[in-house]
Amino acid sequence: MTRTAAALAVFILLAVASLFAGVSDLTPGAVLAGDPAAINLLLTSRAPRTIAVVLAGGSVAIAGLIMQMLARNRFAEPSTSGTVDAASLGMLCATLLLPDMPVIVKMMVAAAFALAGAGLFMGVLARIPLSSPLVTPLVGLMLGNVIGAATSFIAYRYDLLQSLAAWSNGDFSTILRGRYELLWVAFALAALAWFTADRLTVAGLGRDFSVNLGLNYRRVLLFGLSIVAMVTAMVVTTVGMIPFLGLVAPNLASLALGDNMRRAIPLTALLGAGLALACDLLGRLVNYPFEIPIGTMMGVIGSMLFLYLLLGKRFRAG
Amino acid sequence: MIEIRDVRKSYGDTAVVQGVNLTLPRGGVTAIIGPNGAGKSTLLTMIGRLLPMSGGQILVDGIDVAHAASHALARRLSILRQDNHIAARLTVRDLVAFGRYPHSHGRLTREDGVHVARALDFLGLTHLADRFLDELSGGQRQRAHVAMVVCQDTDYILLDEPLNNLDMKHAVGMMQLMRRMADDLGKTIVVVLHDINFASCYADHIVAMRDGRVIREGAPAAIMTADAMRAIYDIDMHIEKIGGDRIGVFYRQPARD
Amino acid sequence: MPADLTASPGSGRSGGLILLTLLAIALFACAAFMTVGVTGGWAFVLQLRAVKLAALLLVGCAIALATVLFQTVSANRILTPSIMGFDALYILIQTAAVFAIGASGLNLVDKRLLFLGQAALMTAFAALLYRWLFTGAVRSLHLLLLAGVVLGMLFRSVANVLQRMIDPNEFVVLQDRFFASFNTVDTTLLGVATVIIAIAAIAIWRMRATLDVLGLGRDAAIALGVAYKRTTMTALLLVAVLTSTSTALVGPVAFFGLLVANMAYALIPSHRHALTLPAAALIAVICLVGGQTVLERVFAFNTALAIIVEFLGGIVFLFMLVRGAVR
Repeated sequence: MTRTAAALAVFILLAVASLFAGVSDLTPGAVLAGDPAAINLLLTSRAPRTIAVVLAGGSVAIAGLIMQMLARNRFAEPSTSGTVDAASLGMLCATLLLPDMPVIVKMMVAAAFALAGAGLFMGVLARIPLSSPLVTPLVGLMLGNVIGAATSFIAYRYDLLQSLAAWSNGDFSTILRGRYELLWVAFALAALAWFTADRLTVAGLGRDFSVNLGLNYRRVLLFGLSIVAMVTAMVVTTVGMIPFLGLVAPNLASLALGDNMRRAIPLTALLGAGLALACDLLGRLVNYPFEIPIGTMMGVIGSMLFLYLLLGKRFRAG
Repeated sequence: MIEIRDVRKSYGDTAVVQGVNLTLPRGGVTAIIGPNGAGKSTLLTMIGRLLPMSGGQILVDGIDVAHAASHALARRLSILRQDNHIAARLTVRDLVAFGRYPHSHGRLTREDGVHVARALDFLGLTHLADRFLDELSGGQRQRAHVAMVVCQDTDYILLDEPLNNLDMKHAVGMMQLMRRMADDLGKTIVVVLHDINFASCYADHIVAMRDGRVIREGAPAAIMTADAMRAIYDIDMHIEKIGGDRIGVFYRQPARD
Repeated sequence: MPADLTASPGSGRSGGLILLTLLAIALFACAAFMTVGVTGGWAFVLQLRAVKLAALLLVGCAIALATVLFQTVSANRILTPSIMGFDALYILIQTAAVFAIGASGLNLVDKRLLFLGQAALMTAFAALLYRWLFTGAVRSLHLLLLAGVVLGMLFRSVANVLQRMIDPNEFVVLQDRFFASFNTVDTTLLGVATVIIAIAAIAIWRMRATLDVLGLGRDAAIALGVAYKRTTMTALLLVAVLTSTSTALVGPVAFFGLLVANMAYALIPSHRHALTLPAAALIAVICLVGGQTVLERVFAFNTALAIIVEFLGGIVFLFMLVRGAVR
């Protein structure tokens, strides 16, 4: 429990730092003194940004955990299972075909695509001999690549590469009050997983095992994948893709707590949010006053952690 | 003659082969036996310089295998491992022709062609020569790999558990083949075997290993004793003499509590 | 013809026939590339196209040779240099060079010299990295693949961060001048690239018999007397040089090598590198030159070739993974 407490302390520290880091000067003193300009800045820009990072990080981490349970693989997550790429393909199609619809409709289209992508991924996995646990992420990454290539081709054809870049690379710099609230819904959905954790855990042990225990395997699978797809679509449409976060956070949590999902969910969410805060903060500070988007930073830090997990002792046996 | 001097192999703290001293005479069939994890295959692959030693020295006809030029050694000694997966799509003849590589480095002469044909014939593979390896049964594929080794035409031939995956008929065939290679072609065969009775019936010389050490060594008659078998395998074995061969019977063990 | 003793009956002959056919198609593609859609000013257009054609020919050969070589050394048909992150590594080194020297400094340096420096650095890094991957604890092919893919992502992300650290205005200028693509083929390097690729090709051709033996796997190759370590190391160095050269000319092309190498294996009824190497190179030239002709002149899609290759190559890769071609 001391580890969870330490993680919580680091998380709070990062959140506070995120509130007060930025180009325009904002100090805790000014806020406490009641400076109206400072409070305004805090409420319209800094606080929304920090909250958005926390919500997105937490829900992506939980989505990753669910994906890992359902795919029965440690290395599965929305960005290593074609789900993220399918969501941005959905966004692209919605932008092309339904340009006048509100964001929420486009988001639903993206979610439907994401669900189809995740379903395709699970379908491919069910049909191949899984000679090694490493095949699963390879299949997912390549599936994502193929969907991504199709998406770029369409975007290239219709001159939408610019918008595509916005979805495919996570960035919190444009977050203001009124433009991130969808992430609350994403987080609520992810939190739903906490209540159904036991069923997801059983489904994670496989179809035969679930049927033996009298669980409707297909329904639980669909439920879990729907949560993953909705969360992915919401995060991709509001801030863009954050690679590897859903892979790294659950693995770090399971290194600390083991694999009981109900116990792991809070720490996973906390680690996901903390990691997202750290990457966002680092991106703001490294090249100050310019920003490096979180998608790029997470690409560096996430892939290094991924390699560490891959080549580390614990997984080498696999 | 193969001289093995204080050869050791360890992975981290685990010693797999610890201080083996052994001299294998020229000619005949030598079988290396022992329980799982005794270090038999490790020792064999070190003789064949596929695996570096942690310590010690191995000399083949006075040549140090660790330091000799690999291509020179390939004309004296050949080794076949148990698991031979090949990504490329090869015919049997293609594979066997590779046995000439140490001699001709890819430019095959008429003489090489004769060697290939002879090796195919020796293994009874002539009618399958133009079939692809992935179209063959496990036993045929195994014979194709042995044919390549025969075609390599070296004085010493090392085989690592060549009976794996073979049914009884093909296992007997493979052992008879080793005898013929030793008797008709004058080769020195060193073979790792699991089946103690095959070793007893076909080998001239048996080396028994356990826990990374050589614990017994000698002619089959000397090794095939109830006493030695208990020391090597930790089981009780009846040794029966049937038609001049010593056969170990061990299928029923007294109940132990 | 003593060499025919090794070949299955007819395979040498039909292999030669296939090579000739491929050569004819490649020549036809080149002719089409040079002549389709020329309107006025023949001399000018021909010269412009000849330069681009030369670049495509060089790139095709470099990628095909590098991929076949790499696959033989790693004894499988799904790993390729670019899947293992080689070209991402080159982009990273290039970005780091631009970042370290800066735009004003770059104007003073000869681009060819810069390229040679980058290629040398890349070769050294690749040697270190892949020595670790090939001879270290990493024994499983799946682990090698996944680690390579993730390494590639890491290299790309670090390059991205560096690109963002460069002054955005300066970067736009640099991007056009220093980061090639099919549209902006880097023509200043053609001379150097020709020499490098020619030397590498000759070296590989002389290794062809040894490469055949390496195709049997490590143990069999050593048992047949191949100096395994030295040969694989030489091969990996050649792969690094070839990949650097092709990436410098047209930028990364992720799955192109996988596509052409596997097409060559499927077409040529022999394992012999004397046949598969030229076949892969010819197929690469046909795909690049033909594809570019069709896309550019017929459909007026200029940069789409890389995307289409990515799409098709990804599908082939998935198919091979699903079929269990990886053991």
